[in-house]
Amino acid sequence: MAKLKPEDLNKIVERMRHQTLLRDGAGRAKVTVHMGTCGISAGARKIMSTLLASIEKQQISDVILTTSGCAGLCSQEPMMTVELKDQAPVKYVDLDEKKARTIFADHVLEGKIVTEFALGMGSERVS
Amino acid sequence: MPTDTSQIGKTKTYRAQLLICAGTGCVSNRAFKVRDALVEEIKKQDLVEEVQVVATGCQGFCAQGPIIIVQPDGIFYQMLTVDDVHLLIEEHLVKGRPVEKLMYIPSKGKPPIPKLSDIAFFSKQRLIVLKNRGLIDPEKIDEYIARDGYQALAKVLTSMTPEQVIDEIKASGLRGRGGAGFSTGRKWELAREASGNGKYIICNADEGDPGAFMDRSVIESDPHAVLEGMLIGAYAIGSEYGYIYIREEYPLAMKRLHIAIDQAREYGLLGDDILGCGFNFDVSVHRGAGAFICGEETSLIASLEGRTPEPRIRPPFPAQSGLWGKPTNINNVETWTNVPAIINRGSEWFSSIGTESSKGTKVFSVVGKVTNTGLVEVPMGTTLREIVHDIGGGIPGGKRFKAVQTGGPSGGCIPESLLDLPIDYERLAEVGSIMGSGGLIVMDEETCMVDVARYFLDFLRSESCGKCTTCREGIAAMHDIVADICNGQGKPEHIGLLQDLAEAVKDASLCALGGTAPNPVLSTLRYFNDEYEAHIKDKKCPAGVCQALIKYSIDAEKCKGCTLCSKHCPEEAITGKTKEAHIIDEEKCIKCGACRESCKFEAVLVE
Ligand SMILES: Cc1cc2nc3c(=O)[nH]c(=O)nc-3n(C[C@H](O)[C@H](O)[C@H](O)COP(=O)(O)O)c2cc1C
Repeated sequence: MAKLKPEDLNKIVERMRHQTLLRDGAGRAKVTVHMGTCGISAGARKIMSTLLASIEKQQISDVILTTSGCAGLCSQEPMMTVELKDQAPVKYVDLDEKKARTIFADHVLEGKIVTEFALGMGSERVS
Repeated sequence: MPTDTSQIGKTKTYRAQLLICAGTGCVSNRAFKVRDALVEEIKKQDLVEEVQVVATGCQGFCAQGPIIIVQPDGIFYQMLTVDDVHLLIEEHLVKGRPVEKLMYIPSKGKPPIPKLSDIAFFSKQRLIVLKNRGLIDPEKIDEYIARDGYQALAKVLTSMTPEQVIDEIKASGLRGRGGAGFSTGRKWELAREASGNGKYIICNADEGDPGAFMDRSVIESDPHAVLEGMLIGAYAIGSEYGYIYIREEYPLAMKRLHIAIDQAREYGLLGDDILGCGFNFDVSVHRGAGAFICGEETSLIASLEGRTPEPRIRPPFPAQSGLWGKPTNINNVETWTNVPAIINRGSEWFSSIGTESSKGTKVFSVVGKVTNTGLVEVPMGTTLREIVHDIGGGIPGGKRFKAVQTGGPSGGCIPESLLDLPIDYERLAEVGSIMGSGGLIVMDEETCMVDVARYFLDFLRSESCGKCTTCREGIAAMHDIVADICNGQGKPEHIGLLQDLAEAVKDASLCALGGTAPNPVLSTLRYFNDEYEAHIKDKKCPAGVCQALIKYSIDAEKCKGCTLCSKHCPEEAITGKTKEAHIIDEEKCIKCGACRESCKFEAVLVE
C-alpha cells in the first residue's frame, strides 16, 4: 500500500466526510423519507434507495438521509421532508423516483424549492 | 512510485450507521452476538445497501451494556439482547420510529431519554482523551484519520522543531496521568537534553490497579491516538524506537494495538521516513509480566530487559539512564493520548481547562456502589459529588453514600463531608489521597471502612516485591493488625501503632508502592475513626461486615414465616414453622448473610 505524504491525510478526510457527518449527526441538509406502513406500501423504500444512489454517485458529503414514521397523510405517500440548514422544512408528497431525483437536484443541492411537488412549508405545530 | 491514495479503503455511502460498543465490558455482555444478529436482520430486511453496523471501542457506559447508538439520529439503546434486534431494525431503521422500550431510563417512573447527548452520564463529560470513543471503528485507520488523526504528527514534522514541541507541551501544563503527575513537557526536555544516542520511549499500559480500566479502554477505542502521541514524543525527544508495555490480561486491547501498528506501518506512519519527512520511528508491543509492581517505571524497565521486575533507587532517573542504560522517556497511555489534541488545538486551549495546578481532563473508571459504573472523562476541578451523583447516578438501592476511594489500591478514602472537593493532584493529596491513575471506587453505608483498609493492605502485601524491608514487612505488619481489629482482637494501642508503622512505611520505602500503601489506613483512621473505635472498644462492626463481630437474628414482628431464609441457609441453621416467626441458631450460623439477602420483609437483622 502507498505510503502517505502529509497532504494525503486531507484526501482521506475528504473521502470519509459523508461518514463523519453521519456519525456527528450534522449536515448542511437533512432529507427524511417517511416510512410508515402506508409509506412503505406506497413505495417509500424505492424513494430511499434512489436518494441514496444519488448521494453516492455524486459523492455528496454534506447531506444526511434518514427515515421517520408516518407523517399522517397516508393518502399522499410516499413523502419526504427536506430541511436545509437554518431553513424551514418542506414536505413533498406523491413521490416517485423521478420526482425524488428532481427534488434532490433542485432543492437539496441547489436550494430551489420544487413548488409543484411541495405540500407546504413548515411543520405542523407540536404542543 | 506514484502515491495514489485515492483508492485506499474506498468508502461506501450509507444512510444510517449502528455503532455498537465492542469494549471489553459490552463484549462480555454478548455484544458480538447482538452485532451478528443485527447484521443478519439487516440482510433479512434488505437494508444491506443502506445501513452499516460498526463495532467501536468502549463508549464508557458499561453499566448499561450492550449498547448501540444509531446515527445520524443520535439515539442511544441499551441492554440489548438478540431478541430485541428484529424490533429495533424494523421499527427504527425501516419505519423510522425509535424504539422507546430499548432506551435509557434515568430512574424508575421517569420517561426514557432517546438521545445520547441528553443523558446526564454523557452530557456532563468533556472528552479530549476519549474524543473518538464510540465514533470510530478502532480497527480502521481511515476512520481515525477522518477525524483529524495524524494531523498533529504532520504538523510537528512539517512545521515545528523538537524544541517547539516540548515548549508547547510544557506550556499546556499537561502532567503525567500514570500516578505521580510530573510535568510531561519537562520530562521530555530532560530526555532530550540527556546525552547519548539510541534513546527510547515507553508507553506504560500495565494498569495493575484492581477495578481500573481507563488505559484498556483508550487503547481499545482509539489505539492510533496513543501511537500518534508516542510519535510526537519520539520526535521531540529524539528517539527512534518505542515500547508499549501492556498488561497480559488485555487481549482485545492488544489485538487492536497490533492491528493499528500494522496499518500505521502500511501507511508509512511508522517505520522509516515517516510522511516523507525523514523521521524514523517504530514500536513493539511487550506483554506485561503480570504484577502490580511492573507498572512502576524502573521495575517496568527491568521487566522489559528480561530481569525480575523490582524497582531501583532513583536517581538516576530513566531520562538519564533507562532501558539498556539509555535515556528513556516513559509516559502513561492517557498522557500520550492527550498529546495530539494539544498539538492540534494549542497549549492555550488545553491550559484553559482545569484548575490552577492541574490542566485538562482526567479519565476515571467509576466502579463500586454506584448506579452508572463506567468510564468517565471530566475536566480537572470537577467535584467528587458531580462524578458520584450526577454522572454516576448516585448509590443504587436507596442506600447512603459513605466514601469514595480515588487513586487505586493505595489511594485514600474520602468521606461525604469532602464530596465537594474539586479534583486535582494537589487537592487530593491534601485530603490524604492521590490522583493515581484514575481508579474511583464508590462505597455505601454497608461498607466497613476497617475491612476496606484490610482488603487493600492484603492486596498490597501480596503485591509488594519484597526488595525493601519497610514495604515488605511494614505492609504485612499493618495488615495483621487491621485483620486483628476486624476479628475482634483489636486493642486500643493498635491505633497508635498503626499510625507509627504507616509513617515509617511511607518514609522509608524504596518506591511509591510502599510510599503510598499506608494511604487507605491513614485516611480511614482520619475520617472513620469511629468505626475503628467500635471494632476495638465495643467489639462491633457498625456496617455489619466483619464476621467475627456480627450476629444475625430474626425480627419476630417482621417475619412472616415464608421459610425462604431457611431454604437459603447452607448450614440449616434456621428453623421455624410456615407462617410463624423463624429463629437462627447462633451455634450453627456461619454469618454468610444468605438469609438476609433472601428475606423480602427485611426481617433478618445484623448487628
Ligand atoms: C506500584 C506502582 C504501580 C504503578 N503502575 C502504573 C501503571 O499501571 N501505569 C502507569 O502509567 N503508571 C504506573 N505507575 C507510575 C509509573 O511509575 C510512572 O510514574 C508513570 O508511568 C509515568 O508516566 P506519566 O508521567 O505519564 O504519568 C506505577 C507506580 C507504582 C509505584
